[in-house]
Amino acid sequence: MSGFSWDWAYALSILPELLRGLMITVQATLLATAIALPLGLVLILIRVAGIPVVSRAVWFLIEFLRGTPFLIQLYFIFYVMPNYGVTLSPFTTGVIALGIYGAARAAELYRAGIEALPPGQWEACMVLGLPLPFVWRGVVMPQVVPVVTPMLGNLVIVMFKDSAVLSTITVLELVATAKDIGVMTFRYLEPLTLAGLLFWIVSYAAAHGVRHLEARHAGR
Amino acid sequence: MSGQSVSLHAYLPFLIDGVWVTLQITFAAMALAVPVAFLLAAGRMSSWRVVRLAAGFVIELFRGTSAVVQLFWAFYVLPLFGITLSPMAAGILVLGLNEGSFFSEVVRASLKSIVVGQREACVALHLPRRYAFWRIILPQALPVMIPPFGNALVLMLKFTALVSLVTVQDLSFRADQIRTALGVSGEIYGVVLMIYFALALVLAGAVALLERQAARWAGRPVPALLPWLRAHASPVPRWALGR
Amino acid sequence: MPGDDRIAATGGRPPMVRMAGVSKAFDGRTVLDAVDFAVRAGEKVTLIGPSGSGKTTILRLAIGLTKPDAGLIEIDGRYLWHEIRAGQLVDAGERHARGVRRVVGMVFQQFNLFPHMTALQNVRDPTIQVLGLTRDEAESRAVELLTQVGLADHMAKRPAQLSGGQQQRVAIARALALRPKVMLFDEVTSALDPELVGEVLRVIRELAHATDMAMLLVTHEISFAEDIADRVLMFDAGRIVEDGPPAQVLKDPTHPRTRQFLRAIIER
Ligand SMILES: Nc1ncnc2c1ncn2[C@@H]1O[C@H](COP(=O)(O)OP(=O)(O)O)[C@@H](O)[C@H]1O
Ligand SMILES: [Mg+2]
Repeated sequence: MSGFSWDWAYALSILPELLRGLMITVQATLLATAIALPLGLVLILIRVAGIPVVSRAVWFLIEFLRGTPFLIQLYFIFYVMPNYGVTLSPFTTGVIALGIYGAARAAELYRAGIEALPPGQWEACMVLGLPLPFVWRGVVMPQVVPVVTPMLGNLVIVMFKDSAVLSTITVLELVATAKDIGVMTFRYLEPLTLAGLLFWIVSYAAAHGVRHLEARHAGR
Repeated sequence: MSGQSVSLHAYLPFLIDGVWVTLQITFAAMALAVPVAFLLAAGRMSSWRVVRLAAGFVIELFRGTSAVVQLFWAFYVLPLFGITLSPMAAGILVLGLNEGSFFSEVVRASLKSIVVGQREACVALHLPRRYAFWRIILPQALPVMIPPFGNALVLMLKFTALVSLVTVQDLSFRADQIRTALGVSGEIYGVVLMIYFALALVLAGAVALLERQAARWAGRPVPALLPWLRAHASPVPRWALGR
Repeated sequence: MPGDDRIAATGGRPPMVRMAGVSKAFDGRTVLDAVDFAVRAGEKVTLIGPSGSGKTTILRLAIGLTKPDAGLIEIDGRYLWHEIRAGQLVDAGERHARGVRRVVGMVFQQFNLFPHMTALQNVRDPTIQVLGLTRDEAESRAVELLTQVGLADHMAKRPAQLSGGQQQRVAIARALALRPKVMLFDEVTSALDPELVGEVLRVIRELAHATDMAMLLVTHEISFAEDIADRVLMFDAGRIVEDGPPAQVLKDPTHPRTRQFLRAIIER
């Protein structure tokens, strides 16, 4: 029954290693975000552009990525890519997979943001005969961005928590680190609890930031 | 290549069994998540501060930490406290509580979404509060919850893939076994992704039927069937795309 | 106190709704500033005034949807948010208020019918809950009232299947079914298409002439106000600036704000 009672000294001794794992988790999340947000925008723009076959294909891709488990998407990319001569590190593979998955979800958020625009706004632009660049930059975006920004912030938090799945392809992020410590020392209580706590602290702080963002936009 | 697809073919019944396990976990976890969501929502709206705080703590616990951590915790740590669950039970428990915590916010928002006017009409008509909640507010809030409930169901289906990490023999786990057994590349995961997607479409379709029924019941306009086709309409008018 | 003067002038009946020194602020902005007035039993009083002057707030205070920051509200001889204990006026809670406001009915600008119930259920079910009528009693009362407002043929329809004017008439029947002693109407025709306004005003006009209920109405329909009101109160910036019979307030206003307001309405 080792690990039944909480051992502070032990918890403290494994903290530096867990923090190293957290750094990897944060790095993976941020890099994946850097892929997801622009790629998601590109996807949704193609999707709404009404290009005959392409738009429909992109729409299907978005729905497919959103409708299937990220874990399996990750396995698919991880095990299939080498067949085509592409060998990347597990970390890079994980970041790409998380970025693509996040892009599909971001695309959906951009769409929701555009849909939240009252139809009267488009009609007003049309009857005023406003030039297209102004319609997008002067009317649509200023209304869509404040709506979408907090949603994207929440998406990043979700991706942060989803990045734990990268532990399954040997990326030594926070969860993998915690589990490895557990396996090696036969004490699971401290590493797994601390891992949960670290996830909570970061996502709580981030959620706070998102709320701040939301309040600032609402206050305008 | 053809030899491999023959082998895959031979493994199909094995995969189908995994589909059943996946669906069982999906529905069992959902059956746990829904009452948990209502309880937590009620807790958050309680007039007792202690209850509000406790419900808030549970929600924060499950929403703020990663589901993977929760799953490992239930699998590796709970037995240390003398609570040994089968992998399947641990999976259902974690998924149910996790999704229930998310869904409780939906329940709360749906109850709040019933326009102020309806609540005020209840006050102005001096209706007893119990009656106002059960017969006026809740019947209007339930249909509002159905589309997010549909999302939650599809989310849960995807979510169940994680239980393979604690050795539950679901669809994902069996895919892994087939890959190792055949010693082949990861194409099997492509097949599995398509199976998951097909299941998601079926579940979403079933929820869409439910949504139509609820709309009829609530006296609202009945939405079109096949929400994923409905969603294909572009939110941007053609002229704004420069065509 | 203009309200009290009027009470003395309109004969000996007791006030059904009385407000004394009632103030209300939202987010630190004063919306009502020590308002005094009373509506006597059987009296029909019309509130007019520019948008944002606090008319809706007055009605919401009168039915206890909003609590005043200061002042006393009395309904049918009882204080809404206070009670007298051992000769002392003390604060009373929501439970007390619920009992007192029972005699007040209200019709909203946006109808607020229950969308999942038919017209009949909307009128019938509250009487079962609030008055404790049996199902049969409740049903015959609902049928009678819906017939009275001209909806005998639409009782089985849901609100979404009715026009705005029909919905508002259901809402009036629903409020009447609870046998209120005072009825509050908050711009009940301003959400309606113009051609539907007449049918709703006709119902209220008949009601005003046929019943002894006290009525407090916010409206911008000047000829309607002239026809049914015993008294017109002009609101401006959270105060009553003019109070008198319709012939005076609407035809020969003394306050410059009233003149300005009426001119703006007529020039519409
Ligand atoms: N719940 C509320 N919260 C904040 N401000 C309010 C609220 N209700 C009313 N107000 C404000 O009080 C003022 C008076 O409102 P109201 O009584 O509705 O005026 P009227 O009915 O005469 O148009 C308005 O400026 C309005 O914005
Ligand atoms: Mg008003």
